[in-house]
Amino acid sequence: MNDRAEGARLFLKTIVARAYPRVVAANRQKSWVFFDLAFPLVGTFAMVFVYEGLHAPKQFLGFVVMGGAMLAFWQNVLWSMGAQFSWDRDNGTLELYAISPTTFEGVLLGMAVGAMFTTTIRGAAVLLIGSLLFGVSYSLSGILPAAGIFLLTLAALYCLGMLLASLFLFYSREAWHLSNALQEPVNFLSGLYFPVKALGAYVGGAASLIPLTLGLDAMRQVLLPGTPRFLSPGLETLAVAAQIPLFAFLAYSSLRFMEARARREGKLISKWS
Amino acid sequence: MPRTSPSSDSSRLAVETVGLGRVYKTRSETVTALDSVDLKIREGELFGVLGPNGAGKTTLIKILVTLLLPTSGTARVDGFDVVTEYRRLRPRISIVSGGENAGYGILKVREQLWMFSQFYGMPSGPARARIDELLERLGLADVANRQISGLSSGMRQKMNLVRGLMTDPRVLFLDEPTVALDVGAARDLRQEVGRWMEEDPTRTVILTTHYMQEADDLCDRIAIVNKGRIVIEGTPHSLKAEVQRDVVVDLQLEPGTPLLDRLREVEGVGAASVREEDGIDRFSLLLVDDGVLTNVISTVERSGRRVAGLAKRQPTLEDAFVKLVGRSMSEEEAN
Repeated sequence: MNDRAEGARLFLKTIVARAYPRVVAANRQKSWVFFDLAFPLVGTFAMVFVYEGLHAPKQFLGFVVMGGAMLAFWQNVLWSMGAQFSWDRDNGTLELYAISPTTFEGVLLGMAVGAMFTTTIRGAAVLLIGSLLFGVSYSLSGILPAAGIFLLTLAALYCLGMLLASLFLFYSREAWHLSNALQEPVNFLSGLYFPVKALGAYVGGAASLIPLTLGLDAMRQVLLPGTPRFLSPGLETLAVAAQIPLFAFLAYSSLRFMEARARREGKLISKWS
Repeated sequence: MPRTSPSSDSSRLAVETVGLGRVYKTRSETVTALDSVDLKIREGELFGVLGPNGAGKTTLIKILVTLLLPTSGTARVDGFDVVTEYRRLRPRISIVSGGENAGYGILKVREQLWMFSQFYGMPSGPARARIDELLERLGLADVANRQISGLSSGMRQKMNLVRGLMTDPRVLFLDEPTVALDVGAARDLRQEVGRWMEEDPTRTVILTTHYMQEADDLCDRIAIVNKGRIVIEGTPHSLKAEVQRDVVVDLQLEPGTPLLDRLREVEGVGAASVREEDGIDRFSLLLVDDGVLTNVISTVERSGRRVAGLAKRQPTLEDAFVKLVGRSMSEEEAN
């Protein structure tokens, strides 16, 4: 087998192997059903009641429900990818990854794929239960385009997650705080509970660097006709698609830089030196 | 199982370092962790790196396993340069550290080992067979399906050793592998390392430890490291021969005024160290000849301390260390 094929095989094996603990954890620690399903539903419902209290149009409830569903994926990126390397460093696992022939990218993707099971269930539960309870209706013709935009958004988000993993190692020995610090601002800037247009051109433009912002807005536009338009769905989808190679390149460069710096300085990867 | 020593004409080197150095710089200070280390470790050797905490052992290992770059000199492991050829080297090495807590407690023993085997690209079937074989050999077959969070520290360290061995590395690095283990678990680990090397005489193990007896029992050759430099290198026998001509005396004193410095000043005392055990100060003294003992006892009497025991014994590696470095390992660590 040539080097390229061998590398691809190792990459796939790494994804499967690193996904495994996450899948196992979902089966062995049933508490996730409560924490990952009940709590997010409560948060989403609270926002729905705010809009209902204000007698907002029905489509606003759809904004909230879709935002609640996408929140699951952002939190997966933040906690299951961004912060995970920092925790792995603290118990010595990151060192073993570094010494092995595999790549950090494979390990990170494995983490994301493994968490996808619970994340998808959580996202789907928010979407289904929220839509049924509050009578949100979607444009049938928008379902297929929305699915495509969703997949592109997911790909861009996970590339961003890989970038965050190395950035977390650079700038913080406390991943917990950094994740917390990123969570609420991103929730706000990506317009999880309101249309992005409300942010205005400048803030909305800056917030577009987060794949969630334009991806969610494009999905809303195709599924919920009448959504205030920030950019056209086609343009927003194109921008999200362009973010995939951009974040993939940045993540690759950043992970290589992190590894080189870790070897040079004797820290980052090791909990001590 | 007794292990045959590598043949002395074995010319292939598993590890070669030339002028290897590592300096850590912070805003406030510059620390030399490793200073001009020259090492030649032959294929098939079990080589011990012995020294107190902070001597530079772990820095050396981290460079050799490609986790850390040297700031000077070169190092090759299994023929590959650790700086420029690290990607080709990594599949050929493995490391097991003492007190290692890596992995995920939710996984079962067999699952965790399989996970790590995949990072080396091992086919799942042979990996599982190899894991089961090693678990059996280390007496872990009964806990193969137990969650890692429920393992004792001894079991956990045995599992870590299985992880280190299962990929069949050319060079295995053991960094203080028996630290904080009970006697039985430590013995099992040492036995398995010996057996693993016996299976293939070209396998090489680099062991760092500050347990003198462990190094003495296991290693073909030893390098004593202190303050980032290799103080001496040789077989355990040759190192002990450094103190063979000395008279080694264990002197036990009941508690009293500090006496170590005064004993070191006695003419004919080559080196002295002390450790406290069960309320008794146990001095190890290297004397140039028996006659010096009279002066030692006089010094003790003048200090008012009471002798609880006195015995001559065979020299150990610890004695060699004290003679070469001037202080005991624990004194060096305290410094």
